Amino acid sequence: MTEQAIVETAHSSDANPVGEARSLGADARRALARNPLFWISATMIFIFVLMAIWPSLFTNTDPTEAVLSQARERPNSEAWFGRDIQGYDIYARVIYGARASILVGVFTTLFTTTIGAALGITAAYFGGWTDSLISRVTDIFFAIPLLLGAILFMSAFPSSNDPYFVVVFKVVAAISLLGWPALTRLMRSSVMQVLPNDYVQAARALGASPWRIIRSHVIPNSLGPIIVVATINLGAYIALEATLSFLGIGLQPPVISWGVSINDAIVGLRTTPHMLFFPSLFLSLTVLAFIMLGDAVRDAYDPKTR
Amino acid sequence: MGKYIVRRLLQMIPVIIGTTFIIYAMVFALPGDPTAGKCGERQCPESFVAEYREKYNLDDPLPIQYAKYMGQVVQGDFGTNQYGVEVREDLAKRFAVTGRLALMAIAVEIVIGISAGILAGIRKGRFVDNLVLVSTLVVISIPIFVIGAVLQYFLGVRLGLFPVTVSSEATTYELLLPAIVLGSLSVAYVARLTRTNLVENLRADYVRTAISKGLSKRRAVGLHALRNSMIPVITFIGFDFGALLGGAIVTEGIFNIQGVGGYIYRGIQVRDGVAVVGAVTALVIIYLFVNLIVDLLYGVLDPRISHD
Amino acid sequence: MRRTARTVAIAGISAVALLATACGGDSDDTTATDGNETTAAEGAAGGEIVVDGCTPENPLVAGNTSETCGGDVLEMITARLVNYNADDASPENDIAESIETEDNQTFTVKIKQGYMFQDGTEVKAQNFVDAWNYTAFGPNGQTGSYFMSPIEGFAEVNAEGSTVEELSGLEVVDDYTFTIRTSEPVSNLPVRLGYTAFAPQPDAFFEDPESFGKAPIGAGPYQVTEYNDGQSIVVEKFADYSGDFGGQVDKITFRIYQDQDAAYNDLLAGQIDVIRTIPQSALIDDKYQSDLGDRNTQRETGRFNYVGINTVVSTDLADPAIRKAISMAIDRETINEQIFNNSYTPATGWVSPVVDGYQENACGEFCTYDPEAAKAMLDEAGGYDGELTLSYNGDGDHKAWTEATCNSISQALDISCTATPVVDFATFLTQLGNGEMTGMWRLGWVMDYPSIENFLAPIYAEGADSNYFGPYVNEEFESLLTQAAAAPSLDEANALYQQAELLLAEDMVAIPMYYPKTTIGWSEKVNPVTITAFGRPDLASVTLAQ
Repeated sequence: MTEQAIVETAHSSDANPVGEARSLGADARRALARNPLFWISATMIFIFVLMAIWPSLFTNTDPTEAVLSQARERPNSEAWFGRDIQGYDIYARVIYGARASILVGVFTTLFTTTIGAALGITAAYFGGWTDSLISRVTDIFFAIPLLLGAILFMSAFPSSNDPYFVVVFKVVAAISLLGWPALTRLMRSSVMQVLPNDYVQAARALGASPWRIIRSHVIPNSLGPIIVVATINLGAYIALEATLSFLGIGLQPPVISWGVSINDAIVGLRTTPHMLFFPSLFLSLTVLAFIMLGDAVRDAYDPKTR
Repeated sequence: MGKYIVRRLLQMIPVIIGTTFIIYAMVFALPGDPTAGKCGERQCPESFVAEYREKYNLDDPLPIQYAKYMGQVVQGDFGTNQYGVEVREDLAKRFAVTGRLALMAIAVEIVIGISAGILAGIRKGRFVDNLVLVSTLVVISIPIFVIGAVLQYFLGVRLGLFPVTVSSEATTYELLLPAIVLGSLSVAYVARLTRTNLVENLRADYVRTAISKGLSKRRAVGLHALRNSMIPVITFIGFDFGALLGGAIVTEGIFNIQGVGGYIYRGIQVRDGVAVVGAVTALVIIYLFVNLIVDLLYGVLDPRISHD
Repeated sequence: MRRTARTVAIAGISAVALLATACGGDSDDTTATDGNETTAAEGAAGGEIVVDGCTPENPLVAGNTSETCGGDVLEMITARLVNYNADDASPENDIAESIETEDNQTFTVKIKQGYMFQDGTEVKAQNFVDAWNYTAFGPNGQTGSYFMSPIEGFAEVNAEGSTVEELSGLEVVDDYTFTIRTSEPVSNLPVRLGYTAFAPQPDAFFEDPESFGKAPIGAGPYQVTEYNDGQSIVVEKFADYSGDFGGQVDKITFRIYQDQDAAYNDLLAGQIDVIRTIPQSALIDDKYQSDLGDRNTQRETGRFNYVGINTVVSTDLADPAIRKAISMAIDRETINEQIFNNSYTPATGWVSPVVDGYQENACGEFCTYDPEAAKAMLDEAGGYDGELTLSYNGDGDHKAWTEATCNSISQALDISCTATPVVDFATFLTQLGNGEMTGMWRLGWVMDYPSIENFLAPIYAEGADSNYFGPYVNEEFESLLTQAAAAPSLDEANALYQQAELLLAEDMVAIPMYYPKTTIGWSEKVNPVTITAFGRPDLASVTLAQ
């Protein structure tokens, strides 16, 4: 990179005109309100969340009512999305599955991102032995196969007839336990790129407290990559839950989720793909909504893009 | 720089010890007797169980088991697994296959992911951008076992374009489809990361300055914006390599690849501690080296980041 | 990943085939093949085939293998005293010239002269006695030692840290004769002797048992020529095979698969010639029949699936009436139709129809779906207000049918029932063995040898290895088993075993579910393949299509 480019990078990132009265937050909100992507994604998320909280608003069918004799029926007027291998109504399953899937996606993302970001910032900002310590602990955890951790976790806390939220939380914990190191490393790299900038150096020289520098300079400028990864992770975690079920260690009955539905439907891939299609579709729409929201929020809050 | 590398190499020692111990403890803590399942659905004869436990030091307390194991490892002996095969020998074979698979998957990520990301980034909000968004969505939201099964069935069985499974020779052609499946999720990450960073950097003043000073847009993007956008992408690819090596369990199963992921998975299921710890230790070492290289690359991509 | 292979059950051993091969594309049942007729074998001997296999759990030592993966290979490479007819599993002499007894307790075994091991040495009486002693000796830690337990002196020899290396019940008379004395009368001992654990071992085995496991030597029609751990096991025809049950093709490669769907896809692509089971995904809507055309067959085999209850731990299920009500609440027919695509047969008792001694309808009304009667019976027994669970090992392919079973129970009895996975098979078996498993749990059984006794004694007898019911102890049952073992003839023994089976209907600790059928498929490269009574493709009789 040329000398000039560096200077310009630093300059560009510090481009906020001095003396603006509006705060970063107010600016961001204004930008969000103008962004149609934000409204589309927010509406979709609202619908999915409503589905998760109040599924009976969308269907009167009991998702646990199995009509085995009609198993694998194609979509029809009675069962809009058809029936699955157990004879459950797929539409009802998809609606009721939203809760567990969204809980797993949102909470796992929340945990991994928070832990990952906090450790990544600390490591990069303070450097030296703090960095070494955090980085090496991260390495240790990164190397443990997720599956081993998940199996161990699931078997250390075996569940039979656990309440709903305990079952869901166990999957969240199993994935979070070994999911944060990747985010730590990403955040660390991102912060390391921000730190040499003039505005950070200037703030340091002016004697600003580390917390203040991190909060008002480092975080807003380094969030981009982690938001991208976190929004993708959200979808990936929902899908990962299906893979865990596939391996026999995912969500357990009576919990219904899209992942469980997808897993149950895989046997029909060649013969009755509708069982696979609908839960996958809802999963895709949820991921789409969160990715768009992530994009919109990041655009709004990133000082560099203004 | 040299000092930095030496320091990092020294730091690997505690990491390796820490990881092996944690793994060892985890396998140790797994419920289920290692001999359960060795005799079908009936319980194994007591004499068999006793003999077995003695052979693998299972009756010792954890620290002693671990010490005995590490004592062997230091001498270069990874022990023999439950099937009487030397773990070192087994791992050499399996890492050769999985390593190639992971490298090919990384290549897929780089080629498809970065180009899709660049296209989407320089044409933000246009058709290409949306196309990339939708296609990344598909791979994110469909679990890998579904993607694998679908591609295997249509491209392999129905159209006959690719071999259905991987034979013991594991040729590059045979590994191609599995590599695409394995890399698919990461392609989504790489594409989105590239796009986002590129968009950010394109709007930065220095690119505009460069263009206004007469630099062609292609050169501005290629030289300045792209290079600045690569750090998070490289970081991601770096840790993804480690994840792909050990985490390809499902892909390996679908395409019948005798790789490391399946080895660890089976090791866990049959409680073969020696095999699991050996495989994971090797993974850690590889992962640490890749990480070191990534950290050194930061300095190359962004000279302001120094390692003193 | 679904690892059905390991979870299927114990020791399915495929009986080595007869010379004849069945012909015609009959997709329902095997065409009857008589041992002495080489009816219309269209295909020529020779050539090579690839079949699917799985990783043996233990080294390939006959006395140390009691699971299917290793058993499949051992079956091809060992010869035993007795061979099981591929078609009906009836025992026929192989190495044995004769096995005689007068009191069902002392057996005189005469073996054929000139029967050769693959290393060129002759099979002698000493090879049997040494092999069995080795298997039984506690410090050798062999998984097959269970099978030696009827022989006199077993307890001493098998004890932990034992120093007694020889079973007192075995005695070599001359090179071709030895005697077996059992501690109790065992009327069906000759039938058992066809199991691979009873195979003779050559002298070379005892010199170096460790390395033998990778390059085993047997006296069977095939010998192991390559053992690529985790990838493939290759067996080739043994040129000097001495027996009457030789194979057709020159070379068989067992390619190891982790996933049954992968094997099936390879079959569709023509990469493999015979697969031992059709995965669920292809069974649905008979997809495999349109995929494979005539190249598939199905038959009932010596297997039994059941749902068990540990009545000691699960006190809420201690009343047999509740267990009977549960059994009557299970719609086995519909589950079979929708989940298994009719590839199973609803069980009507505890013994597979393929074995000698099977009686029809041993379970009677209790295994017939009747929701009203079930509900009435439950109410009469005082109802059930707990949360019923049906546990299964999550690494196997059991989710769909256990869930359907639970749904059937909840719908008929109006109680809560949940199918609950246990992380993996090792954990599942450990919990069963420790008596920690509450509620109901699934398990399956594959016969070791074709006898009604093998479906009763190893599972329900007091102290049996698979008696996970608390244990289940029924004095009358025990005494019937003892009487049957001492019965002077096989028919009388079977009649007593059948009486014992009827007692299981009274107690219902094991709820019969299915007699699984085996469905196999093959490539265009080979002639129609048959299935043995043990549920394995009859590999020795496979011939290449011309």
